Amino acid sequence: MEANLEVQISFRGVTKIFPGHDGQVDVHALGPIDIDIRSGEFFSVVGPSGCGKSTFLDVLSGLTAATAGTARFEGKSLAGRVPEGVGAVFQQDASFFWLNVWDNVAFGLHRKGMAAAEIKRRVDHALSLTGLAGFARAYPAQLSGGMRQRVCIARTLVLEPKVLLLDEPFGALDQQTRLLMGDELLRVWRETEATIVLITHALDEAAMLSDRVAVMSARPGRFIDIVATGWSRSRDSTIVADERFGAITARLWSTLRTESIKAIEQGASSLNAVKA
Amino acid sequence: MKSKPLDFLATGVAILLLWQGLCWLVGPDVISSPGDTLARAAMLVVTRAFWGHAEATLSAFALASLISIVGGVTIGLCLGLSRFAAEVADPILSTLYSIPKITLYPLILLAFGLGLSAKVAFGAIHGIFPVTIFTMNAIRNVAPVYHRTALMMRLPWYSRAARIMAPAALPEMLAGVRIGISLTLLGTLIGELFASTSGIGFALMRAMDIHAVVDILALTVLLFGFAIAVNAAFWLVERWVRHGS
Amino acid sequence: MKGRRPSLSRAAAARLVLILSFFVLLELLCRAGVIDRVTMIPPSEMVVALAHIIVSGEFNQDIVFTTANIAAAAALATVAGFFLGAALHAVPRVRRTVVPLLSAYYAVPTFVFYPLLLVAFGVGRTALIVMGALFGTVAMIVNTVLGLDHVPPAVARTGQMMRIDPLRQLLLVRLPSAAPHLVTGIKLAVSYSVIGIVAGEFILATAGLGKRIAFAYNNFDNKSMYGLLLLLLIGVMIVNGAMSAWERRLHRRFGQQ
Repeated sequence: MEANLEVQISFRGVTKIFPGHDGQVDVHALGPIDIDIRSGEFFSVVGPSGCGKSTFLDVLSGLTAATAGTARFEGKSLAGRVPEGVGAVFQQDASFFWLNVWDNVAFGLHRKGMAAAEIKRRVDHALSLTGLAGFARAYPAQLSGGMRQRVCIARTLVLEPKVLLLDEPFGALDQQTRLLMGDELLRVWRETEATIVLITHALDEAAMLSDRVAVMSARPGRFIDIVATGWSRSRDSTIVADERFGAITARLWSTLRTESIKAIEQGASSLNAVKA
Repeated sequence: MKSKPLDFLATGVAILLLWQGLCWLVGPDVISSPGDTLARAAMLVVTRAFWGHAEATLSAFALASLISIVGGVTIGLCLGLSRFAAEVADPILSTLYSIPKITLYPLILLAFGLGLSAKVAFGAIHGIFPVTIFTMNAIRNVAPVYHRTALMMRLPWYSRAARIMAPAALPEMLAGVRIGISLTLLGTLIGELFASTSGIGFALMRAMDIHAVVDILALTVLLFGFAIAVNAAFWLVERWVRHGS
Repeated sequence: MKGRRPSLSRAAAARLVLILSFFVLLELLCRAGVIDRVTMIPPSEMVVALAHIIVSGEFNQDIVFTTANIAAAAALATVAGFFLGAALHAVPRVRRTVVPLLSAYYAVPTFVFYPLLLVAFGVGRTALIVMGALFGTVAMIVNTVLGLDHVPPAVARTGQMMRIDPLRQLLLVRLPSAAPHLVTGIKLAVSYSVIGIVAGEFILATAGLGKRIAFAYNNFDNKSMYGLLLLLLIGVMIVNGAMSAWERRLHRRFGQQ
């Protein structure tokens, strides 16, 4: 394995409970979670809908504080504050419709009092890295869904994050675009040497892109299996031809299948409760 | 887009033909012909008396619009930023918006007497509600993912407000201002119908009293033209601000 | 869900407090003379006046007159607005040029045409009802177009596949699908009909609430005037509230469209 073995992100007993409003019960969304994510690793989380994957990412990014347990980034407790060096791309389109691509990508840089030349260098680099070089003057409304996600990725990359969090970023895209975006993501990963934590519901995506895939149980989400893929760093989407790919995906599904059925039953029972 | 100017021209001609047809049907005591009406309108536009009335209406309208916009945006901002306040205020605002303001008319007249302040008050109460409601909803409707993006960039609250929330909410706020201004004009004119000795509304009332059909229609056409121009201007600004989204 | 009656939510409680405080403040300002009697009588006296009107029944004929006018105007506006809107929706080129013009419609007090209608239809209810309907029709047209826009293409195509004539397609397939927006349109048609009818009755009428309110105003009879205004206000709020509840239920049932 070529990834740096230093532990960058560390969760111990992390739990998240959302208090109920106006007389409803508390929601135990996540945990307890114990995991170590290594610097430079490509780490994915798969699990059924509503199991807590996004909550996991929210705690990891500092957008939410854990109710119990400790979540650490580079040794320091996260405690519900967004640390420096962590970037995130979400499933919904977060590109700013009032700015063109160039201004979108440059958005986060203006605060730091950076020289204009440095801003230009970073933005141009991010645009070429994400294949947006020819679209700098276009507005998001003129671009496809995949292009807009690239804008969001480029906007995060200019800040040169150490960790890149992706919450189902390709969920709204078609399969072919997804596979190509996967290749691009791997390229970005290799060039920036960042740690990537990817949430996805697509098993094949997780299996082909990651160094390790964690399977999350139905709510409350806990890691019930962690699969190490053992791929080399120079991989791309053609890895699907490798004989191990099928075995990895099969193992993920066999664990996930039971949990998915549980998640459906959870959803059905809550609907019945509403009718009662 | 197919040739839009041609479409507008065709629609204009169609409207004129329908109008003329209606005129033949019901006679000149009910509706004057397009020719007569437009001729009278053209004549009014070069008359000093007309512009005296127009200025009175415009100044009342401008003042009422200012109150509607500044008041509406301020209140809407405060409500939009606090989820609890918005939840409390929403049904109240909807109810107040749906009340026919004509029911408040006698009260306004009694409180402000006849003259400018009554006109402005009446215009303002028509316009302030849509501006408030649209502004409040514009803030609430800013995509949550924008807020999360801003937090991930670790922007301070004033940066989040000025650089993300304001531009994101702007198109919907402009829509509210556009509707508010239309209604403010309506309110100002109604105020002038009964409570004034000057203004286009007053001129309309006088024309109604002496059953000067051509004048009623000519003035209405001019008002329509003005309203369409104002609306069109806002549409263009809104479209520019949206950048195609 | 345990079967426990939900207590008043925080927001509803705050709302109640806000509204009550407002009326208490108004009452105090009136009683203290800060607001003089010529301008406004205290809310409590308005309620008394309203009760008197209801009990004595002296304005019953006018109430019936105005209500019937509003109902007729709203019905006319709804039906005319729906079919005009549907026609407009069917011809996108015409729609693109006409709809921007419609947005300017409510800036102009079109009840200045009332005298013209009086000549066309004679002095009587017809002119009043037509005017109320004219005022409300445009709101219905705009919302009909919007509602038909929101009919999911799959639903519209299913209607076409059924091989029924276009009118039945419109009424049986697309109308129900557009229902949430149509109800919004009806609600607005009613609101605008109220404004048109009452304004018309202010100007000239043989009977009706508008006429009685104008009469009371001119005779400095604040008690009757405010009593009647309160009656009108409460009537409008009840009808509007019912329509809003219907609107909300439809939006909930139909989900995101």
